[in-house]
Amino acid sequence: MNKQSSLMSRLAGAPYLVWAALFIIVPLGMVAYYAFTDSEGAFTLANLAEISKYKDTFVLSIWLGLLATVICLLIAYPLAYIMAQKGPQKQSTMTMLIMLPMWMNFLLRTYSWMTILEDYGLVNTLITSLGFEPLQLINTRGAVVLGMVYNFLPYMILPIYTVMLKTDHSLVEAAQDLGGNKLDVFRNVTIPLSVPGVVSGFTMVFVPSVSTFYISQKLGGTGTILIGDIIETQFQTANNFHLGASLSFILMILIFICLAVMNRFSDDDGGVII
Amino acid sequence: MIKRFFSCLIAAVLLFSCALPALAAPAEKDYSHLRGTTLNVYNWGEYISDGSEGTLDVNAEFEKEYGIKVNYTNFDSNENMYNKLKSGGANYDVIIPSEYMVAKLIDEDMLAELDFSNIPNYQYILPKYKGLYYDPEEKYTVPYTVGMVGLIYNTTMVDGPVDSWGIMWDEQYAGKILMFNNPRDAFCIAQCYLGQSVNSTDTKDWDAALDLLKKQNPLISSYVMDEVYNKMEKGEAAIAAYYAGDYLTMYDTNPDLAFCYPKEGVNYFVDSMCVPKNTENKEAAELYINFMCREDIAVANANYICYATPHALVLESDDYDLKGNEILYPDESQMPVTQIFENLDYETQQYMTMLWNELKIEGNSIMDAYVGLSVSLALVVIYLIYKFIKKKKREAYY
Repeated sequence: MNKQSSLMSRLAGAPYLVWAALFIIVPLGMVAYYAFTDSEGAFTLANLAEISKYKDTFVLSIWLGLLATVICLLIAYPLAYIMAQKGPQKQSTMTMLIMLPMWMNFLLRTYSWMTILEDYGLVNTLITSLGFEPLQLINTRGAVVLGMVYNFLPYMILPIYTVMLKTDHSLVEAAQDLGGNKLDVFRNVTIPLSVPGVVSGFTMVFVPSVSTFYISQKLGGTGTILIGDIIETQFQTANNFHLGASLSFILMILIFICLAVMNRFSDDDGGVII
Repeated sequence: MIKRFFSCLIAAVLLFSCALPALAAPAEKDYSHLRGTTLNVYNWGEYISDGSEGTLDVNAEFEKEYGIKVNYTNFDSNENMYNKLKSGGANYDVIIPSEYMVAKLIDEDMLAELDFSNIPNYQYILPKYKGLYYDPEEKYTVPYTVGMVGLIYNTTMVDGPVDSWGIMWDEQYAGKILMFNNPRDAFCIAQCYLGQSVNSTDTKDWDAALDLLKKQNPLISSYVMDEVYNKMEKGEAAIAAYYAGDYLTMYDTNPDLAFCYPKEGVNYFVDSMCVPKNTENKEAAELYINFMCREDIAVANANYICYATPHALVLESDDYDLKGNEILYPDESQMPVTQIFENLDYETQQYMTMLWNELKIEGNSIMDAYVGLSVSLALVVIYLIYKFIKKKKREAYY
């Protein structure tokens, strides 16, 4: 009986295994293959050596990605907390409102920020009509971070909200019964229990922010070339798949390290100690 | 006798019936067997008369006339188009790349030879645009548009007549200058200004051009392609390098804009219609190319696109709005020095892209990123140590 069910479960898992092999393992292998070969297909480390030129770009991408992620977290956490306290009716309305912009095309959303931030865009028209000096909004780092926060915020809110919703309310009551005031309860119960949501939200915002190229191209001007832009050029214009692949490869490793550090925050005993 | 008369008659009838189609040669070949097929056309954005604002919808017209469905898609750079074509899977029957990309495609044996008996309207293409370096034997291409790059400036923001690329390095206009956002065209301006060949294979030449572009980098508002319309029309920028035909479009919206061909020389391009080798509907593709060269269609396109046309009948047509326009068709005395792009070899191309990336990264001042990242890293480390100590204390307590 036991044996059979394990066979069944293995069979049920087979499609996923095939999927994973075909669309996760094989592409990763291809990225690695291109990263370590030259145009003739011979093994080389030249692509990786060339990456030292782009170290500033890597640093900038990770920094802006991190900044966007932290801002997302600061906005999303209170919002998710408030949402989780509301009645079911209000909750579904609020979830809906958060999801709504995501139904619109990503490119379109970024493009509309251009119209808002331009030198003669909506914001500056408003400011100048009130008699103030116009501001340089577009083509700045701030605009890029804003674009990232705006586009990826729902990915931070939703996991935190889901985790908070599932929190066993009796734990909160127990803490209150034991004499904890509101701050104590929030600090010792709510925050530790929501860490898994924060970690998955962090991942879902950080990864696309670090590797984005569209947002930086449209909102960043000349001063903000991110690693995603460089990779895009290698594939689209330069036709140098090898350098592009090795850049992606390094980026993957860096993201992996960042996430590993992040995961240190979520190990079980760590959560309780906070 | 009667028999003889009959045979003569029959012979005459036969002869006549054979001669009839020959006499009526201009009459269309029979294309009814192509009805219901699909033709995939891959062209630049905004590069065909599409029926907007009361213009002629060329593709709809073709569909109506021949019953062939036109599946029309756009690309935004030659390189983009090349990648799509090279990666396979995508089937195109007609593409319209620029000259250096045509050279590359022919080099790599990716274009089909055209059957010019199906494209009689090819005769209307001006001889000076036929048999250019990329297709000397006239086997693969039919020129669609030609044009030159020039300098567009806003007369309310820039003093005096402008006649040199030098103004793009003038600090007076810092933050108001727009530059091409693709390596080939951007380098071309620096190379023209330096008096180099745009097809140089000497890395020293490219390095010199890069130095010049690096000097320009801090003065630039942004590197743009079609965003240039918006920015110049609204007066957000004062100076831009772009295509002459596009200036005419911008001028319609903002008459403060002026145009010149800088004296150091400009790039000159020819975009041609070609058929990729893996086409599945070559006959329809040739029919389409011929259709695009029909006078009324060519006039509609030339009016819409505003680029110069290589078509002799269009130039003389009274329906052509830009007939004799002095920017598109400067007379001999006004004609700037021109250079045409050739296909760069692989090494030079890689070198150019590398320099281009270097240029774009240069503008990044990233002190803040280093400081910010180090601070975050320090915070994480402090936190982890704090956690570790606390854990130890706890263990000791129990």
